[in-house]
Amino acid sequence: MVPLSYYLVLSGILFACGVAGFLIKRNIITIFMSIELMLNGVNLSFVAFAVHWHALAGQIFVFFVMVVAAAEAAVGLAIIIAVYRTRETLNVDQVNLLKL
Amino acid sequence: MNHPLHLWLIPLLPLAGAAINGFFGKKASRQGVSAVALLGSGAAFAMAFFVAVRFSSLSLPYQEVFAHWIRSGNFSVDFAFYLDQLSLVMLLVVTGVGFLIHVYSVGYMWEDPSFYRFFAYLNLFMFFMLTLVLASNYLLMFIGWEGVGLASYLLIGFWFTKDSAASAGKKAFIVNRIGDFGFLIGLFLLIQHFGSLNFQRVFEMVRPLPAETSGAGLLTAIGILLMVGACGKSAQIPLYVWLPDAMEGPTPVSALIHAATMVTAGVYMISRSHVIFERAPIALTAVAIIGTLTAFFAATIGVAQTDIKKVLAYSTVSQLGYMFMACGVGAFSAGIFHLMTHAFFKGLLFLAAGSVIHGVGSEQDMRKMGGLRSYMPWTFLTMGIATLAIAGIPPLAGFWSKDEILWKVYSQGSWVFWLIGVITALITSFYMFRLMYMTFAGDYRGQDEHELVVAGRAHGHDAHGLPHESPAVMLVPLIILAVLSLVGGLVGIGDRFEHFLAPVFEQSVPLSAAAEASSAIAETGGRGTEWLLMGISVTLAFLGWYLAYLLYSKKPELPQKIAGALGGFYNAVVHKYYIDELYAAVFIKPLIDGSTRILWHGVDQGIIDAVVNESAEGARHVSDEVRHMQSGNLRSYAGWIAAGAAAVIAYMIWIWVKA
Repeated sequence: MVPLSYYLVLSGILFACGVAGFLIKRNIITIFMSIELMLNGVNLSFVAFAVHWHALAGQIFVFFVMVVAAAEAAVGLAIIIAVYRTRETLNVDQVNLLKL
Repeated sequence: MNHPLHLWLIPLLPLAGAAINGFFGKKASRQGVSAVALLGSGAAFAMAFFVAVRFSSLSLPYQEVFAHWIRSGNFSVDFAFYLDQLSLVMLLVVTGVGFLIHVYSVGYMWEDPSFYRFFAYLNLFMFFMLTLVLASNYLLMFIGWEGVGLASYLLIGFWFTKDSAASAGKKAFIVNRIGDFGFLIGLFLLIQHFGSLNFQRVFEMVRPLPAETSGAGLLTAIGILLMVGACGKSAQIPLYVWLPDAMEGPTPVSALIHAATMVTAGVYMISRSHVIFERAPIALTAVAIIGTLTAFFAATIGVAQTDIKKVLAYSTVSQLGYMFMACGVGAFSAGIFHLMTHAFFKGLLFLAAGSVIHGVGSEQDMRKMGGLRSYMPWTFLTMGIATLAIAGIPPLAGFWSKDEILWKVYSQGSWVFWLIGVITALITSFYMFRLMYMTFAGDYRGQDEHELVVAGRAHGHDAHGLPHESPAVMLVPLIILAVLSLVGGLVGIGDRFEHFLAPVFEQSVPLSAAAEASSAIAETGGRGTEWLLMGISVTLAFLGWYLAYLLYSKKPELPQKIAGALGGFYNAVVHKYYIDELYAAVFIKPLIDGSTRILWHGVDQGIIDAVVNESAEGARHVSDEVRHMQSGNLRSYAGWIAAGAAAVIAYMIWIWVKA
């Protein structure tokens, strides 16, 4: 049996990768994928805890997260397409009309 | 038991007039405004007359509490009125002369666009003056005292678009404030040591006290402080400088406020406080010295003035000096007597001067007058009577009162005061007849006929034309006051006036053994001396007349030569001894410089403003830096969140390690 800490470390690494990608990358789609990565990192820890404590709540939470992520992906990709059509770029630094 | 007199109505009637005219007068007609104003002051006079008629049947002093005001522990002050012989005299003078001047003003101010405002102020003045006169305690008196100061300020600056009038009003107010400061401190001392401001209660407590002959004590301090207040209001050295400038106001104001009534408030206040002053010989002597110096000093300035109202202003200061002189030797009733006759003839002089100014088209320089006798005979006649009265020619009013003062000063005070007093009488007579000759005698020195025609063509209706007599509404008050100036002094024959006021002043203590001895002489063998002194002063009055005749009628070229011969001294007199310049250099300039440098630039800008501005500036700097955090850049927000989360995690690990 793989110990809980392995899952948690892997989850932390995935989450950290997501954060780093979110902060560093300029391309909206990459940023979008980084967010998915963070969500899945969290999902992993949820599942790991659920197994460890024999509690189903963690697994149900994962379903919720997946539903939200799917909805988010649908809306987000639609926005990305709209942005690309109007601005012909996916670089976030150039999509800055509302910035100070 | 007295029937109620409703004394409270007397001040309140003019106040009602002031309120009606002040609030509704702007849209009312001139006739309506004058009716309200005359009703206000006339009803007050009628009430005063009614009181005078019932006076002999009253048990005096009559007191009337209108309303409670301050109740604090044992200390209480009421809106209460006090009537005795002294306040009755003041009451009649204020309402009588005041009413006449109201009538006169209707004619004088008719053309003025702010007609209603003038009468609102004038009635307001009457209200405060009557409050001052009728008050039964020092605090209510102080309200009237400040109120007349306010009315005076408003009326001096009545033509406030004129810069000189506005600053003259301010000057009067500020100089008076210095005096009021002394008055107020005196009142605080009274409260502290006697626990009351009610005249009767204070005087009851003061009466048993011995006179402070050996040195200055509490009563001397109170007396000196009250005197400072009186000096401000009654324009005595060193606070007289505001009165000549106050002539910027309309002439009826000069007559009412700055000659007949308000400026005599100081004399009234000292007479009212005679119980305190009699027990403070040092304060009393100070009053006498100040009065004597002022009388002489102001008279000499009056000699060289060319503005008709300025001459009268300095004359007023000088005559007030006489009243102070009388009070200073303990002859309070003589001071009040002169106050009354002075109200008649000086009020008349100002009104007649106003009539002259009105007649020649707002010209006040006597060098541009002359020969007005034939143009305005009634003004000439009445002003002539007033001049004879002020010069002390028997049997007119001024003779009786001035002689009374000079005799009392000689018998109860010192021959030095008397000597300066009679010399002042000579100067008074001289400058008054000088004024008469320059104004009424000789030929008219204003625009000549030819110029008039040219000016008439050039300016259309603007040219004033030849001098003309004033309308009847202005002449009737002149004539009534002239009659009063003629016969007003007769009440003093055989010391009748003094006996009338005696109940007020009867508790007098002898000032000193010498004074007691001299008043004993006065009672027995002094008649001869009195006649001699009277003869001297009358001779000097005629001498002054003759000198004025010589210099300004017979040999008009002489004054120039004399002025040339005197040189620098003459210049000093023309420039009022440079007193205004001296005050400006000694008090005003350091005050302004100090205020500018220390208080304005130093304290206000350097500390108060700086604290406010610097804290605002600091906040701006901080937010300038901090606002860059809120850039709108999502990734930087995310970075902050990540950094924050990392910080929280680090903190939790630290806690865990520590545990």
